[in-house]
Amino acid sequence: MQGLNKIVATYEEAMAGITSGMTIMVGGFGLCGIPEGLIRYVHDIDLHSLTCISNNAGVDGFGLGLWLAKRQIKTMIASYVGENALFEQLSLSGEMEIILTPQGTLAEKIRAGGAGIPAFYTATGYGTLVAEGKEVKEFDGRHYLMERSLTADFSLIRAWKADTYGNLIYRKTAMNFNPMMATAGNITVAEVEEIVEPGELDPDHIHTPGIYVDRVIKGNFEKRIERLMLSKE
Amino acid sequence: MPLSREQIAMCIAREIQDGYYVNLGIGMPTLVANYIPPELEVMLQSENGLLGMGPYPTKFEVDPDLINAGKETVTVVKGGAFFSTAESFAMIRGGHVDLTVLGAFEVDQQGNIASWMIPGKMIKGMGGAMDLVAGAKKIIVAMLHANKEKQSKLLKQCTLPLTGVGCIQQVVTDYAVLDIREGAFHLRERAPGVSVEEIISLTEGKLVVPDYVPEMVF
Repeated sequence: MQGLNKIVATYEEAMAGITSGMTIMVGGFGLCGIPEGLIRYVHDIDLHSLTCISNNAGVDGFGLGLWLAKRQIKTMIASYVGENALFEQLSLSGEMEIILTPQGTLAEKIRAGGAGIPAFYTATGYGTLVAEGKEVKEFDGRHYLMERSLTADFSLIRAWKADTYGNLIYRKTAMNFNPMMATAGNITVAEVEEIVEPGELDPDHIHTPGIYVDRVIKGNFEKRIERLMLSKE
Repeated sequence: MPLSREQIAMCIAREIQDGYYVNLGIGMPTLVANYIPPELEVMLQSENGLLGMGPYPTKFEVDPDLINAGKETVTVVKGGAFFSTAESFAMIRGGHVDLTVLGAFEVDQQGNIASWMIPGKMIKGMGGAMDLVAGAKKIIVAMLHANKEKQSKLLKQCTLPLTGVGCIQQVVTDYAVLDIREGAFHLRERAPGVSVEEIISLTEGKLVVPDYVPEMVF
């Protein structure tokens, strides 16, 4: 009896059922809070034609840059992709479709998707290229765009601590998109730094309740820093 | 003399009031943090999910899990908070951020701003800029008044793809502080040693000049 135990020992088990052509959400902001091992696994098993939803696209050779290098992404939904030289080449040549989405709208699309809300209205992007083809509605004299929510076949996220029931706690700004993506995946896989027994996490401090999480695997993280800045002292 | 980047930042810092929550964009706006008067209590918001952003860390404090919206390593002040990006943009979209400072390629007399895309060049994405201009209570744009060929960036109508419409009320450039209202730029202050005539010649959009335009003092 597995019960509510979400712990798996291998990446094969963690990612069972993932296939080419799927829509995959990947947590993280820049290289901060990304599920490094889960990203590497998708790279290693050569999935292709993926729709990838993530705020950024990694850097050349690390994070989602690995998927770009192997041309594994068909469509990328992101808010900012400026860090990645290969990205430019793939989007200009038409090899990859890119749907740029304002960061707050992207976060809310995922939050709404996980909460069973199919669409919402936001003032963000009204009167810009983002508004093209979208319904505009006026509320109290201001114009809003209707934005559809997002869900995924798999959500690949990273957390700091998990208990065996899949309750999750994030650390500092490594939280970012991970809590919303945890709720919006048909199957949510959390790669974590530490696994503890139920009861060891204070229920008052849990960010993502285990109901959203299907599988938990302990990862080893390089935690590469994108822009190291130091104080002068 | 036109203002330096640091002087533009100093000038904007004077707009910050005690008790403000402030979001500073990447580039010149980031410098504003260096000039917030120490007697004011102000919290800096970083849209990836941090309220209470502190200075850059020492090499002993560096933490890869603690970065700002520019992906730079930072610290958190006492009384700071971490939260998800959805929560962060609820603060922004919901009008809870008192002031946001951001850069721009162009602004126009209707308060439109273009800051994220130059057609034909690499498209990097808008990040959080569209949400910030749609949601902040007050927005100040920090930018250069004109390009190297002396062509104005303060226009009748923006030529580049917009970030937001009718949302900018104040611009601080290397030449002047201007308000935008009723379809025109209103000159409020000029850089030390810069004449009103120079500002008129560098402003393509409709410019309202009062009888007396004070010089900034540093």
